Amino acid sequence: MKDILNPDNRYKDDKVTDACSLFGMMDVSGRLFSGADTVRAIANMHDRGNGLGGGFAVYGLYPDFADYYALHIMYMGRSAKDKTEVFLKDEFDVVRSEEIPIRTRPGVTNPPGLWRYFVTPRKDPCLVVSDDDLVVDKVMQANTTIPDTFIFSSGKNMGVFKGIGFPEDVADFYRLEDYEGYLWTSHGRFPTNTPGWWGGAHPFNILDWTVVHNGEISSYGINRRYLEMHGYHCTMQTDTEVAAYAVDLLVRRHGLPVSTMATVLASPLWEEVDRMPDEKREMVTALRQAYGGLLLNGPFTLIIAHNGEMIGLTDRIRLRPLSAAVKGDVLFISSEESAITLVCPDIERSWKPRGGEPVVGRLGEPVALPKEWDVQNREAVGR
Amino acid sequence: MRVERVKLHENGSVARVETAGLHYRELNSILRSLVADGADRIELHGVAGQRYIGTDLDRPVQIEIFGVPGNDLGSFLDGPRVTVHGNAQDGCGNTMNRGTIIVHGMAGDITGLSARGGNIFVRDDVGYRAGVHMKEFGDRRPNLVIGGTAQDFLGEYMAGGVLVALGLTLGKSAHHLARFIGTGMHAGVIFLRGVVEEHQLGKEVGVTQPDEDEEKLLEELVTEYCGYFEVEPAKVLDQPFVKLFPLYLRPYGPLYAPTHRGIEGPVSRWKVK
Repeated sequence: MKDILNPDNRYKDDKVTDACSLFGMMDVSGRLFSGADTVRAIANMHDRGNGLGGGFAVYGLYPDFADYYALHIMYMGRSAKDKTEVFLKDEFDVVRSEEIPIRTRPGVTNPPGLWRYFVTPRKDPCLVVSDDDLVVDKVMQANTTIPDTFIFSSGKNMGVFKGIGFPEDVADFYRLEDYEGYLWTSHGRFPTNTPGWWGGAHPFNILDWTVVHNGEISSYGINRRYLEMHGYHCTMQTDTEVAAYAVDLLVRRHGLPVSTMATVLASPLWEEVDRMPDEKREMVTALRQAYGGLLLNGPFTLIIAHNGEMIGLTDRIRLRPLSAAVKGDVLFISSEESAITLVCPDIERSWKPRGGEPVVGRLGEPVALPKEWDVQNREAVGR
Repeated sequence: MRVERVKLHENGSVARVETAGLHYRELNSILRSLVADGADRIELHGVAGQRYIGTDLDRPVQIEIFGVPGNDLGSFLDGPRVTVHGNAQDGCGNTMNRGTIIVHGMAGDITGLSARGGNIFVRDDVGYRAGVHMKEFGDRRPNLVIGGTAQDFLGEYMAGGVLVALGLTLGKSAHHLARFIGTGMHAGVIFLRGVVEEHQLGKEVGVTQPDEDEEKLLEELVTEYCGYFEVEPAKVLDQPFVKLFPLYLRPYGPLYAPTHRGIEGPVSRWKVK
């Protein structure tokens, strides 16, 4: 709950209603653009958050180091950096290490030490394991065994920037105007039942997967236990983290297509399953049997991204808002439509995706409009 | 600041407000003072997500909105006519009392939430839970007319009022896609033009045809809708409407409270006469 005596409550309201804000935009042609529009759009939804978390994920970020894993690390204590760097030298070849450039500013206080490292994992030639699996393993190891160290971004050619503050302040803090990407997602946080701290800000990340989330995942406990069986350890003290690991497991490791991943996370209601054609019903039932532990219960809207793809998804009865719009090669996904039209007044199509049906932008492919938007099927009467 | 943003014409009866970058508090405070000073028509330009526009204004002024207004447009509205030249977001007409909201586009989720009076006309589609818990008392009865179709839970927990979906955006199949229509509905009425299957309806609604008085009401509402959006009423009224009505006054009574007269189980749900 928001502290109503907090100076941010400038109108001294006796009740403050907030919600998280999400915004993502992707140019499916791969054109790189600055984060100015993303920052302006998420700032327009300022009132949804309360300053206890803001963050961004940027793809196409480090073209000069595109083949290296970019580790963004928070050091919350004095000895954390020394211990972590020993660990990194043991496990990785580090080609470059630097402090993430920041600017101190009001609105973003008590930042941890923020460093980034471009690395390749050092492989034991006797082990048959992919680089990705090795990196996941090492990130989990660092986050669970080195005190005060949190690797909060570990993908190639992308990066997460997040912290405590309103998203527009966090953008300024990280000097995001110096970066370009073809896909930006962002988040303004209103923490409900977990602490607002630097690691708990969104996006959550593993490898190049990021997730921003509005809602609350009440199945967190069962999701977390399921993921632990597959080597993922939750360390960020908040529910959204499970969604990032779930998509890595489902799509990267198990090779499911995005639509199937959506069926697992936002599974159709049983009465709907009963009406499906035989083949589909059997598949959906099998998915529930295999992946019941990854069903996300409770209200959610997610923007999931990885290299080359941005996905918007809500829970099956859409208890949290989601708007989508298209202009040329650019797909927008947002909690509020006004944030989209603010930065792109001449959108070509806008729609509200149905619960459980993903909106997908994919590099090099035109954005797929929902079936209802089949213009042939929508000859309006009288206009 | 305020002087630059607001321009008055025709002896102050018409006002034009540039709202870009304005917080909703300031915007609503400008609206209140303009209405108090006797403005009849207020144009808001560059609107981008400001919430609660027009809240608690209690005179029949005209408010024209250019841009996309934020959530809870016209909440507690008590008399004005608000026209949106574009789409509206979630919670449009939240708990409105009197007045009219006209949306030249789509409206978001929970359109008409808890409305207790007034009229809402949406040219195209609406999101989830439109008309959720609309209510009525005495001669206060809200009407929500949706030109297109709705997403799931249309008329959820309806406790009064009239909800109409004309299906004009459905195309040839004319098939509404909404599921759980009228779930938990216990008063009021829903009229649908277009095809809807039994499994799309909540367990608490029955299906029938509108009676003569209701046909007249539909004609009035459709004619008003068509007037705003330049549609030929005859083209809308050429097809029959389906009427959905609540089967029970207290559908969940036995779930949460001691059962009526000691009768156990669902039989104690009181039937509407």
